[in-house]
Amino acid sequence: MLKSRDLFMISFASVFGVLLAATYLADRFITQLPEDAKIVPIDLDLDFKLVAEAYASVVAPRDGKFGLGRFATKNELAAWDKDISPDGTGLPVGSGDAIDGEEIFSERCAFCHGDFAEGLDNWPELAGGLDTLADEDPVKTVGSYWPYLSTTWDYVKRSMPFGYAQSLTDDEVYATVAYILYSNDLIDEDFVLSNESFFDVEMPNANGFIIDDRKISESHFWNKKVCMTDCKNDVKITMRAAVLDVTPEDEEF
Amino acid sequence: MTDNFSDKKPSRRQFLAGAAALGAGSSAAGSLSASGDDPLITEVQEWAQITGDGVDATPYGLPIEFEKDVVRRNVSWLTADTISSINFSPIHALDGTITPQGCAFERHHSGAIELRKEDYRLMINGLVDQELVFTYEDLERFPREQHVYFCECAANTGMEWAGAQLNGVQFTHGMIHNMEYIGVPLRTLLNEAGLNAAGDLKGKWIFVEGADASSNGRSIPLEKALDDVLVAFKANGEALRKEHGYPVRLVVPGWEGNMWVKWLRRVEVMDKPVESREETSKYTDTLADGISRKWTWAMDAKSVVTSPSPQSPITHGKGPLVISGLAWSGRGAVKRVDVSIDGGKNWHEARLVQPGAKMALTRFYFDVEWNGMELFLQSRAHDETGYVQPTKEELREVRGLNTIYHNNCIQTWWIKSNGEVENVEIS
Repeated sequence: MLKSRDLFMISFASVFGVLLAATYLADRFITQLPEDAKIVPIDLDLDFKLVAEAYASVVAPRDGKFGLGRFATKNELAAWDKDISPDGTGLPVGSGDAIDGEEIFSERCAFCHGDFAEGLDNWPELAGGLDTLADEDPVKTVGSYWPYLSTTWDYVKRSMPFGYAQSLTDDEVYATVAYILYSNDLIDEDFVLSNESFFDVEMPNANGFIIDDRKISESHFWNKKVCMTDCKNDVKITMRAAVLDVTPEDEEF
Repeated sequence: MTDNFSDKKPSRRQFLAGAAALGAGSSAAGSLSASGDDPLITEVQEWAQITGDGVDATPYGLPIEFEKDVVRRNVSWLTADTISSINFSPIHALDGTITPQGCAFERHHSGAIELRKEDYRLMINGLVDQELVFTYEDLERFPREQHVYFCECAANTGMEWAGAQLNGVQFTHGMIHNMEYIGVPLRTLLNEAGLNAAGDLKGKWIFVEGADASSNGRSIPLEKALDDVLVAFKANGEALRKEHGYPVRLVVPGWEGNMWVKWLRRVEVMDKPVESREETSKYTDTLADGISRKWTWAMDAKSVVTSPSPQSPITHGKGPLVISGLAWSGRGAVKRVDVSIDGGKNWHEARLVQPGAKMALTRFYFDVEWNGMELFLQSRAHDETGYVQPTKEELREVRGLNTIYHNNCIQTWWIKSNGEVENVEIS
């Protein structure tokens, strides 16, 4: 008898618990199904909030939130949110000069980029190429092409050295970037690059970019009347890939 | 048989491809008995008597050995090593529109990493109401969508700017694949974090980065992020492959492949773009005057004949010939494809297998009777925005010769009378 009462109490408690949870969940998550909620054409979902609302009809409240995920901690944000913006947002306090940078560079970067940041084999050259962008073969380097210094700092910190990324301290990154700038004759040997002196450096190609203008400069590719018959008289071969012969060949097949 | 081919030594691959096909043809013809019977039919073949493999012989199947040349290929001189490199989908040997994952091109900046689902985290931070972290399991609990999209590297056909260079459509146009993705719209995740903190959403950005050593960060307008960007975890019905960002990659429909960040680990809502290395020093387009275009995200309408092509020569001689190709546009759906067999003197509307779908590959066919004469094959795509695929000359007139990315010019294949095909430029 005692046992069955216990069982009864336990099952009563469970049922009560379930009902309580259901009531809570109903309040928290279940909203009325709008009549037109079922079908939302993907093409029409310009307003994401409307779509979220539609999604929300069955399993979530009307603000489209599902209650999934958890808050990111301060340390987690600090560990991953490392991007540096052109205005210096994200740049940590620190400093380094080209003399220190040369040592770091020759140890950890020169294997690919060369002692003078000139680039070995097919690896990227980081120095030189000033005023070559309009030439037949422009040489695009940090000095000749990169518009923002923040990009160099950001990339060296997050993605370099190749094969051992994120291993440089902030001061080492300042020093390495200083060495790359020095190799491009953009700073003197004794210039100390820091979060404070960062914007004393002028990037030569800072004004060398325009935003995608294809819709204007290439507007003639749109709605053009295409010719279908007798469009030209003569067709002559002007260049052949086989003559150049740089196509890889398979040996294994 | 090699003598049939051109003055320049054909590649071993071309030779074998041709030889295999010709061999099959000639042996069938040559081995007919006096009565005209084909022994493959009249004689009981081994495979019709003994039994084949049992189930589970290959728990996860690979293509049959006869298809072992249908693989991704690398152009070794293009990059310094294979870790930060790219290879090419064998589109000369594929048909339809879906690219099997196993031969879909790869592009890594620091190699393909192994990231377990259990170790996967996605952070949403920046101008959001609540900075959140999701696990892989969390992602699978949001409502999903399914879409087919092409992913084209901005550098596809880039080696052809200065002239016809690579003799194979795999190499000229193979930095592309087309898959059916399953994932969660990024807008759902951004809404979960809440965008009230971002204020006016106009002109805002997201910055996305991957979990690999390159981290490959890119800035994307928030408007696009809220439109059709997908956080994908399945492709063609199964988990993403390691080389395509397992367990989670970003899908940015119609926009250059570099933005499709693999191993996606963080999305930050921002006021301004980061101007990262991949959107300043790379993936920008230098014009003839030295000024460079940036933020050239959309892939313009493009098409190419995939067969016949240098790696897929005509081996069956005169008669019916299927000209097969692919067309796509990053600005919407392909509406029409024209094909020319005479180098652009006359054009004919090709047959689209299905009406073009937005930002997805479209297969076209042009069925002809080949008389054995040389042909100059070209194709020209039209998309729903009215854009017409330009010639290489038209592109060069605007952009000069120093651009690398976004080469969507009309391609010419020279079909020789022996069926061999070569990549050429014509007047």
